Amino acid sequence: MRAGASRRGRGQGPADEIVPPSGHTAWLTTFTAGAMVFLCVFAVALSLASGRLAARWSAALAQTATIRLSAPPEQMQIQTDGVLSLLSETPGVASFRALDDTEQRKLLEPWFGPDLPLEDLPMPRLIEVVEDAQGYDDEGLRQRLAAEAPGAVLDDHTRWRQPLVEAASRLRLLGVLSILLIGAAMAAMITLAANASLAANAEVIRVLRLVGAKDSYIARAFVRRFTIRALTGALVGACAGLVGVAMLPAAGPAGGFLAGLGFSGVEWLWPLLLPPLAAIVAFLATRRAAFAKLKELT
Amino acid sequence: MIAFENVAYGYGGASLLSDVSLRLLPGSFHFLTGPSGAGKSTVLKLAYAELMPTSGRISLFDRDVRSLSRDDVARTRRRIGIVHQDCKFLDHLPLSANLGLPFTVAERESDPQDLRALLDWVGLSQLHDALPPTLSGGERQRAALARAVIGGPDVILADEPTGNVDWDMSLRLLALLVELNRMGKTVLVATHDLNLIRQAKSQVSARVLRIAQQRIQVAGADL
Repeated sequence: MRAGASRRGRGQGPADEIVPPSGHTAWLTTFTAGAMVFLCVFAVALSLASGRLAARWSAALAQTATIRLSAPPEQMQIQTDGVLSLLSETPGVASFRALDDTEQRKLLEPWFGPDLPLEDLPMPRLIEVVEDAQGYDDEGLRQRLAAEAPGAVLDDHTRWRQPLVEAASRLRLLGVLSILLIGAAMAAMITLAANASLAANAEVIRVLRLVGAKDSYIARAFVRRFTIRALTGALVGACAGLVGVAMLPAAGPAGGFLAGLGFSGVEWLWPLLLPPLAAIVAFLATRRAAFAKLKELT
Repeated sequence: MIAFENVAYGYGGASLLSDVSLRLLPGSFHFLTGPSGAGKSTVLKLAYAELMPTSGRISLFDRDVRSLSRDDVARTRRRIGIVHQDCKFLDHLPLSANLGLPFTVAERESDPQDLRALLDWVGLSQLHDALPPTLSGGERQRAALARAVIGGPDVILADEPTGNVDWDMSLRLLALLVELNRMGKTVLVATHDLNLIRQAKSQVSARVLRIAQQRIQVAGADL
C-alpha cells in the first residue's frame, strides 16, 4: 500500500504534528501527572484542614481561662464567693461561672466512670472565665486572687493551647511541603520522559535541523505535547482526588481530626488550580529538558 | 556564497582535513570526488555548519560560521538545500508534508500549486500522499531533491545523491541538478562516481574538486 493517510499538506500547522506519537512516554507523562495531582489533592486537604484546626483551637481556647480553687471544705464556699465577687469587679472579664458538681463529675467521667463519689473527694472548685475583646490583666488578677483566695490558681490555657496550635501549624507546613515535593517529583519524572522522547526522536530532530528548524520550533513540538498530556492526566487526577476527599467520613462532634480532613465551602475550588499548575510545571520542565537535550544533540 | 580558507578538521585526535580552501561562487557547479572515507561528507557537513572547523575559516553567505548563533545556523540552512545518500524523512507524515517541511519549520505559508509542480518536476506527482517507507530508493532521492529545493535555496549540497540508485535514475537526478544550476542555483555534488561526472560534461560547465591526502585539489581540466 503506497498511499498513506493524508494528514495535512505542507505549510503551517501545530508544531507537535511533526513529532511522531511516541509510545511509553505518552502514557507515562499522563499517568505521572494524574497520580501526582491525585496525591496533591489530599496534601491540599491536609494542609487546609490543619489550618482550620489551628485556627479553631486557637480561637476556642484563647478567650477562656479556668480558676482552680482548692480550699478546706468549710472554706470552699466562702472563697468561691470571694473569687466570684472579685471577678465581677475585674475589667476585661465578660462572664464567669462556677461549675456545679454535676458538670465537674461529667468532666471526670471519662477517667473515673459515672459513679464517682465527688462529695467524698477533696475536689477543687472550677470557675470558668471568659474574657471580653480587651482581655483582662492576668498578672493583676493572679495577685488579687492570691490575696482573696490563696488556693486559687488561674489557668489561661496557654500551656495547652501553644503545643496544640504549634502541632496544627506544623501539620499544615507538612502539607505545603508535600505539595512542593509532589510538584518537584512530577517535574523530575516529566523531565525524564521528555528526555527519553527527545532521544528516541533524534533522527526526526536531525531531519528538522537539516531543513532549517530552530531549537525553539523543535522544543515547542515537544513542550506542547507534554503540556497537553500533563494537563489531561492532572484533570483526571484532580477529579479522582476530589471524589476521594468527598468520600471521606464527614466531620462530626466525635469525629476528631481525621473526620475533619477535607474541604469546606470555597476550599473545594482549590484543587481546581492543580491541573493548570501541573501543566505549568510540565511546560517548564519539558522546555528546560528540550533545550538542554537539543544542545547535546548538536 | 560558501568559502573555506585553510580549513582543518579532525576528530578524536585524528586529522581528516587540513589546509582546505575552496570558494563556491553564485551559479557555479562543482563536483567533489575522492575515495570513500576521504572526507567528502565532512566537507559538506562543514559547508552547512553541522560541523565546525578545528582551524581556518568558513564563510557562509559572507558570515563566519563561528559567529553564527544556533538560530543563525537554522536560518542559514534555509538558504541551503541538502540532499543525502541516505535521505531521511519523517516516516509518519505523507510525502507532501515531508516536502513542505522547510516551509513548516519556517512557519511560512506555501502554495499547494508549487508543491504539485515540484512533484511533477521530480516525477512523483502520483505519490503525493505516500508515506516515505513505501518509496523506492530512486523515489526517495528525487523526493529529497524536491524537499531541498522547495524553499528556494541559493545553494544545493548533494552528498552521493546517486549512491543508491541505478544508472538511469542517476542520469535523471543529474539532469535535475543541472536544471537547478541553470536556474541560477549554486550546486556542489559529492560523488565517487566518475562516470556521472563524465556524463555531466555534456550538460554543464562544472569544476571537479578531488580530495586526496586531506586536501582539496582541482582535478585536471574543468569538464
